[in-house]
Amino acid sequence: MIINGVQIDDTFAEAFGVRGTRVIITAQNHKWANIAATTMTGFATSVIACGVEAGIERELGPEETPDGRPGVSVLLFAMGSAVLMKQLETRLGQCVLTCPTTAAFSGIDGDSEMVTRINLGKNLRFFGDGFQISKQFGGKRYWRVPVMDGEFLTEETTGMVRAVGGGNFLILAESQPQALAACEAAIEAMRKLPNVIMPFPGGVVRSGSKVGSKYKTLIASTNDAFCPTLKGITNTDLSPEIESVMEIVIDGLTEEDIRKATRAGIAAACELGASNGIKRVSAGNYGGKLGQFQFHLREIMA
Amino acid sequence: MSALTFTLKTQPQQRVDMSPLTPDSLAGKSATDIAAIELQCGNRKLRTDALFNISGDDASAIVISNACGKLDFIGHGMKSGSITVHGGAGSYLGLGMKKGTLTVHGNVDAFAASGMAGGMMHIHGNVGDFLAAALPGDRKGMKGGTVLITGNAGDRAGDQMRRGIILIEGNVGAYCASRMLAGTIGVMGSVGEFIGFGMRRGTLLLFSQPQLHATIQDCGLHTLPFLSLMFKSFRALQSKFATLDKNRVRRYAGDIANDGKGEILVFL
Repeated sequence: MIINGVQIDDTFAEAFGVRGTRVIITAQNHKWANIAATTMTGFATSVIACGVEAGIERELGPEETPDGRPGVSVLLFAMGSAVLMKQLETRLGQCVLTCPTTAAFSGIDGDSEMVTRINLGKNLRFFGDGFQISKQFGGKRYWRVPVMDGEFLTEETTGMVRAVGGGNFLILAESQPQALAACEAAIEAMRKLPNVIMPFPGGVVRSGSKVGSKYKTLIASTNDAFCPTLKGITNTDLSPEIESVMEIVIDGLTEEDIRKATRAGIAAACELGASNGIKRVSAGNYGGKLGQFQFHLREIMA
Repeated sequence: MSALTFTLKTQPQQRVDMSPLTPDSLAGKSATDIAAIELQCGNRKLRTDALFNISGDDASAIVISNACGKLDFIGHGMKSGSITVHGGAGSYLGLGMKKGTLTVHGNVDAFAASGMAGGMMHIHGNVGDFLAAALPGDRKGMKGGTVLITGNAGDRAGDQMRRGIILIEGNVGAYCASRMLAGTIGVMGSVGEFIGFGMRRGTLLLFSQPQLHATIQDCGLHTLPFLSLMFKSFRALQSKFATLDKNRVRRYAGDIANDGKGEILVFL
């Protein structure tokens, strides 16, 4: 399969079942909502060492938020529910409670087989040292915690769902600037879609990994098959003209969301085409044995 | 199916206990069964059809027309459906009500919404004393749900109220929110003296400066974001409160003689 001169490999991305949640952060203006959200989703690129993978889903207008102020929706994903709950609590406590003018609300409503309620402000309220006030409207409980800039308002719980983490694709280009330009175009297209985040810096990873290492203590190490400087000395996956490879990792609330994001991203990268040095699109997998989900590139782009 | 309608024949000499006539207790009963239900009236028991003309068959939507202030315990413990009362209602309206809708077009006597745990009560008229208060011997008043009053309320409105929302478009008497445990009371009109007496927690929304006793303390002017959220939840209500959209208040806290975690918010 070739799109605009870009070869789409007959391979698949392998993704995992994870737990995901959404939090809506509002503030006096988008500037401060974004500051809180950026801080809360900092150091959250990979579950390997960060606990969660998190990112900003999108900005919300005042008409879309519970309290009618400008807001931002944040998605967080973790391998297990216990880690997700712990990370949500500490990140909310250190990054949102502390941020001037903010409030935090549930981003996933309902309580069913599909949606589990997890703590949002439920334990954070004790920061109020007895001066916290509970209010219930429309079947939801909110906490008003007195803080130095006024009151921190937070919903008691948010919803946790089963989600998909680790969808990905690789962009192989003739030079580093060209690979990055293609990734930027892909990320710009993917950010417009709901229910997904690209957790790595700017949405792009340059250090894709393989499972295992020559060093016994390492569980993952550099993906030498895709390292352009090792073309001559390893079992390479690269043709001679490839000089740079970058990866985009996608976490989404459902398989379909990742499928759509993958398609939008690859389409945007391919638009630049072979004339801009974009040669191939591939994907990372572990032979199909580890993950529950497979995203076959040619199927998605068909 | 048309609404099950009870039309009062004549004003009874004694008070009538209406608690057997709720949507859930009448569900599935035949017209003859309903007619034979005995209602306590003073020291006697009277058949329902002795007091009321009965028409209609939909027990989930009960209408009581030509009603008067002698009819007590309307909607006692109701768990579903609706009761609409045309004319006045007596005391203990919606006592221990759990779900459903209770509407009164007329005035209501004491202890309305006492022990109410859920549902919606809408009174197009005035209510007597002890609105949503605890019965003597009980430790908690209203425990949930929403009460809308278009008229005035008497003394002790919200006494020992534990949870829920009461929105009063008119005035209230003395000791409003006394010994209140939690919940929200909004009063658009004036309030009497000793507002929030012994108030432990909870929120009072007022639109004019009340006369406060010494153990209610001024906490200054504030813009409180939760008010926007609360007023948004009022939007669907058939009340003047549905159009509110301001969150600048003066906050008074108290009663510091009794824990002092309650608040009186006065809009400017």
